[in-house]
Amino acid sequence: MTDAYIYDAVRTPRGRGKKDGALHEITSVSLATQVLQALRDRNGIDTANVEDVVLGCVTPSGEQGSDIARTAVMMAGYAETTGGIQVHRFCASGLDACNIAASKIISGEAEMTVGGGVEAMSRIPMGTDRGAWPTDPSVALDTCFVPQGIGADIIATLEGFSREDVDAYAMESQIRAARAWSEGRFARSVVPVKDQLGLTILDHDEHMRPGTTMQSLASLKPAFQEQGDTFYDGIAVQRYPQIDRISHVHHAGNSSGIVDGAAGVLFGSKEAGDRLGLKPRARVKAMAAIGSEPTIMLTGPTYVTRKALGKVGMTPEDIDLYELNEAFASVVLKMMKELAIPHDKMNVNGGAIAMGHPLGATGAMILGTAVDELERSDKETALITLCVGAGMGVATIIERV
Amino acid sequence: MECFSIQTGADGIAEVLLDVPGRTMNTITPEVMAELGPLVERIAGDDAIKGVVLASGKANGFCAGADLGHQAQNAGQSKGEAEQREALERAYRLNALLRRLETCGKPVAVALEGLALGGGLEIALACHYRVAARSPRLQLGLPEANVGLLPGGGGTQRLPRLIGIAKALPLLLEGKPLRAEEAHRLGLVHALAEPGETIAAARAWLATTPEPLQPWDRKGYQLPGGGPYGAGGPAIIAGSATVKKRSFGNYPAQENILRCVYEGVQVPIEAGLRIESRYFLKTRQTPQAKAMIRTQFQSIQALRKGALRPAGFPKWETKKAAVLGAGMMGAGIAFVQAAAGIETVLLDVSEDAATKGKAHSEKVVEKAVARGQMTREAGDALLARITASADYSLIEGADLVVEAVFENRELKAEVTKKAEALLKPGAVLASNTSTLPITGLAEASVRPDSFIGLHFFSPVDRMDLVEVICGQKTSPETLAKGLDYIDRIRKTPIVVNDARGFYTSRCFGTYSAEGMEMFAEGIAPAIIDNVGRMTGMPRGPLELVDDVAIDLVYKVRKQTREDLGDAYKPEARDAIVTRMVEDFGRFGRKNGKGFYDYPEGGPKTLWTGLSDIAPVRIARPSPELIEEIRTRLLYRQALEAARCMEEGVVSDPRSVDVGAVLGWGFARWTGGPASLIDMVGVAEFVARCDALAQKYGARFAPPAFLREIAARGGSLYEAEATTVAEAA
Repeated sequence: MTDAYIYDAVRTPRGRGKKDGALHEITSVSLATQVLQALRDRNGIDTANVEDVVLGCVTPSGEQGSDIARTAVMMAGYAETTGGIQVHRFCASGLDACNIAASKIISGEAEMTVGGGVEAMSRIPMGTDRGAWPTDPSVALDTCFVPQGIGADIIATLEGFSREDVDAYAMESQIRAARAWSEGRFARSVVPVKDQLGLTILDHDEHMRPGTTMQSLASLKPAFQEQGDTFYDGIAVQRYPQIDRISHVHHAGNSSGIVDGAAGVLFGSKEAGDRLGLKPRARVKAMAAIGSEPTIMLTGPTYVTRKALGKVGMTPEDIDLYELNEAFASVVLKMMKELAIPHDKMNVNGGAIAMGHPLGATGAMILGTAVDELERSDKETALITLCVGAGMGVATIIERV
Repeated sequence: MECFSIQTGADGIAEVLLDVPGRTMNTITPEVMAELGPLVERIAGDDAIKGVVLASGKANGFCAGADLGHQAQNAGQSKGEAEQREALERAYRLNALLRRLETCGKPVAVALEGLALGGGLEIALACHYRVAARSPRLQLGLPEANVGLLPGGGGTQRLPRLIGIAKALPLLLEGKPLRAEEAHRLGLVHALAEPGETIAAARAWLATTPEPLQPWDRKGYQLPGGGPYGAGGPAIIAGSATVKKRSFGNYPAQENILRCVYEGVQVPIEAGLRIESRYFLKTRQTPQAKAMIRTQFQSIQALRKGALRPAGFPKWETKKAAVLGAGMMGAGIAFVQAAAGIETVLLDVSEDAATKGKAHSEKVVEKAVARGQMTREAGDALLARITASADYSLIEGADLVVEAVFENRELKAEVTKKAEALLKPGAVLASNTSTLPITGLAEASVRPDSFIGLHFFSPVDRMDLVEVICGQKTSPETLAKGLDYIDRIRKTPIVVNDARGFYTSRCFGTYSAEGMEMFAEGIAPAIIDNVGRMTGMPRGPLELVDDVAIDLVYKVRKQTREDLGDAYKPEARDAIVTRMVEDFGRFGRKNGKGFYDYPEGGPKTLWTGLSDIAPVRIARPSPELIEEIRTRLLYRQALEAARCMEEGVVSDPRSVDVGAVLGWGFARWTGGPASLIDMVGVAEFVARCDALAQKYGARFAPPAFLREIAARGGSLYEAEATTVAEAA
């Protein structure tokens, strides 16, 4: 089998996912297109060498529908022969897109591919495409469906994470993200988004709240209390009868932010890179995906991490850097607790709580963050993982070359 | 045609009346089904008919729906493929006929007076115009889910198409009937008319030569409120969440109603009706449907109609009745008596106490008047029938006296003596007690043959059950009179024999007793109560103890220990309630301290000190453990009911089931303890109990008579059928 190498990784800054967000007036296609163009232009490659582009997108509806990957490929001016496929595994879509892009190299199907993702959440709101899972009573009833925020609160309840615990984690995410930006740690990856005239419209992550304090977090109202009281706590305890009362600790300040953004990662074989004069930055060492209990929904990272590590005979201590998407604070706290991962190895440059989680793109973004950070801090291996809707987990282990 | 009559006037309007012969109330009998086809074809084919008014030939209403007796015969069994296809064809017939009616090209208006329930309302929904009488007797509803079925005559399809998913779901899922104004406001009926004038109103509509098209057959029709993937999404999602939260997966009818609506509204109505018929069949084939039709409908009806009343005594009427003791129970009994038109004397030690008791009725009446459920005049007349007093001489002339004083033998004996001195011959002396043996109480009376136990449940105006207890000397005539009185106050009786705790109180306690055994074993309290609710019981066993009061359980156990002496069997709960009461002063909800804490203004939470009484050994349950807890909690109750049957405390399985479901909220989906045992299969039930007895002790040992039934492959209901047949 061929080794898959990462040659480059880029992302857009993340715009606030609201009508007043800077990227709200930029189309999803444009976001994805700009990422693909940046990958091409920075590396000076003839896109005839790029055989396929795999993009994650969680709400493939409206302008994000009809295979946005191929749409962006066409709009980016890539070679006509470059394919495009959109994939969807909820929050892990971006990482899955990268894993699929890497797999194409490994299997020999392709020599050079792009993995990435796009989500303009301000334009195509989360849930626009609905789906049978919550809507079809057969599915909702049989799977004990609850919204994922309730799942995050179940985790906190079962693990005994208090409101202070999750808020403290959120606070740290803000501090780390602010430090990373001020030290220019994202400079290599972030490509400013241009407007219709080609002028920069956003060059930094817009969602961050540097003034966050424990007091300001404490004043936020639990986001899932009402849903829980009305319906879902009564359903959750049918799966977890050991719970007397669910403590609703998550809110807008310790959950991932709603943002717009896109990301892309250039994969290739060693030979293809040599041919094009590209220098590999990292090698894909292992990949894994799993399913886990769907009601709590967000416990997948631990299991998928163990599975990926097992494939290459590694233990949690062997990993130098972890990127676990900060969907909710309790998700990260649980994985650190279960795998005994010290906080200084986990999300060292902050995460989605501070900077936002553009659903389909995040996986590719944090993969890029890991590549940059391995180089910056001179470390060897990183593991990137995300919790996933309906109870899944996806992970990728990379090593610097 | 026997059931339908049809008369066409010179104006071309055919008046079709439904009047099923030999029935007080119209239902959709096999005969109605057989005639419906030719009727629809006649309407469609007879050129003289320009339009149709459909109405009832009976004064009490249009139609009460499907013939549940007939449905019951087919319930609870699934079939092979060929039979399944045949059954589906039969189930689809009504849908096919009603679809033909609404597309036959002639306008059909229905005039609704009184009841239109279930299939009755579904026929009405297939008409193009509905006018309902502005009458308190009018009730429109689809109550199928309450007996474990779903509306199979197009109700799950036409109702959402008519009023939208959000408004239709509660009517389909909860089955509560609507009054005229509500039905009109929701859009179920097009117009209201004065009682007796609905046919004229229907004719007036037909005179406007309306287009004979249903809304959903018109061009450009859109589902009101949007479909599951449009604006109606939140409604269907909330529907699933509500059903899941409340029914714990125990009620396939509700779940299948949701499926019918979701799947059906996304396709043309013909396909929707086919989907509905499939789910109807699937639902009827569940054991829940069989059990619920029997208990919730057939058995309750039979008991209300006097199935257990000794024959040979003329119908007896209670014109005047006295209630002794104006506490919560006495006050409630006085209200239901007065509501049934019985002249009521409410007595207590002081006029003041008696007046306080009457105030309860005043409050209930006030509420009913405010809600428009009762006229002011009717309310005043009801209250005028209650005389609150301390004067025992007012008992004179009473046909029946209900004693409802505190559960204290001496006190009960005293008021019994005082009352019967004033009673006329032939009058009934009834004691409302939940635990004290009737035979013993009757000893205070000089005519123990006229003495009977009538165990009412609290709150009396909302709880339908009365447990009738025959003492050793209670005469059949007294039983007949007691049952006639219960019929008069519109309650449902079960009949049991005298024994400690009778039937309901004795079995009821086993649920929380088993919960406390689990607590003592170290199963986390949250698991016990959550799984308790998951069995379909209204509350978890531990929170139930809090509601009943821990100190009460403590006192009852102490009393039992004293009464039984060596025969007393110690239980885990004894030590638990003793520590809760003696060491921690935790009496339950009433002092805000029980298994739970009850913070003011906040939700209750488990008391953190519980682990000092019983350290938690099982904090995370496996699916197998959850299943075992479920089984223990339900079987423990069912076993006690079976023991009551063996001991002759209660012999009729209908009383066993109805008493459990109405009396202590036993999981409705099972049909009751006897139905549960039959559902599991007696042999299987016995085998599982033996296994539980091995693991947890003799309290799970099945009684010998269950083994006998198991050995001959019988069932509790079948055993009953044999007994009845032998007796006949």
